[in-house]
Amino acid sequence: MFRAVFRLSATGARSLTRSRPCYSAPLASRCYSHGKVETDEEFDSRWVTYFSKPDLDAWELRKGMNTLIGYDLVPEPKILDSALRACRRLNDLASAIRILEAVKDKAGPHKDIYPYLIQELKPTLTELGISTPEELGIDKL
Amino acid sequence: MLATRALSLIGKRAISTSVCVRGGHGVAKVEDYALPNLSAEQKSLKEKEKGSWVALSNEEKIALYRISFKQSFAEMNQGSGEWKSVVGGVFFFIGFTGLVVLWQRKYVYGPVPHTFEGDYKEKELQRMLDMRMGPVQGFSAHWDYENKQWKK
Repeated sequence: MFRAVFRLSATGARSLTRSRPCYSAPLASRCYSHGKVETDEEFDSRWVTYFSKPDLDAWELRKGMNTLIGYDLVPEPKILDSALRACRRLNDLASAIRILEAVKDKAGPHKDIYPYLIQELKPTLTELGISTPEELGIDKL
Repeated sequence: MLATRALSLIGKRAISTSVCVRGGHGVAKVEDYALPNLSAEQKSLKEKEKGSWVALSNEEKIALYRISFKQSFAEMNQGSGEWKSVVGGVFFFIGFTGLVVLWQRKYVYGPVPHTFEGDYKEKELQRMLDMRMGPVQGFSAHWDYENKQWKK
């Protein structure tokens, strides 16, 4: 849902005989002539699984978050939930707060995305005791 | 045997650029990836972090954040007032250039040709009208030859 243009096009033999129209609507596909498409659900569950690893170490958490933030999308709440729980397992509150700041930054001019994410994550945030940057006042100077 | 000796020398060189415990130099500095030296108070806070985060006060949470991160996103992304200095500097140097140009006009350039003088210009204009330059849409089209004046 929050994907910009990060999808791989559908495959194979079809595109050899027919030319594929390239359109740039928000949920468009790239015109690769081969390569399997990864659906949104597959992408999400891959990342949820990554952060759910019980013995995830701090490096892997940082690497995963940096990679995820590098994509042209705002991660789904379930991925962030998994990442926040990983922070809890690693006793790293600072990273949890940082993750919230980072996804707000990723949403850019789309001001309605972050409140939605916080709304979806509220149960997890209260359960784990993670304060949002707004509650701590560090979202302002 | 020569090869192994050569390889061992190459191996030695490679180590100096990798991350090592005493790495204050190199590409991946250890300070960028490890916690800084903590004070006693910070250490006890880190211990408290292992328990429930609900028990932490806001100040403690901010303190934990600051241990790991020097600047918040807001601080990191804030603009500076540098652009005002840049624009001011640009205007200053344009102004200075203007002074240089004026000085040049006065002290470097010689007099303009005599063809710019008032008398000469009048004669030039009359000549243009006499030879009917631009009679349809241009210059002479605006001159009323009957009444010897410019057309209204």
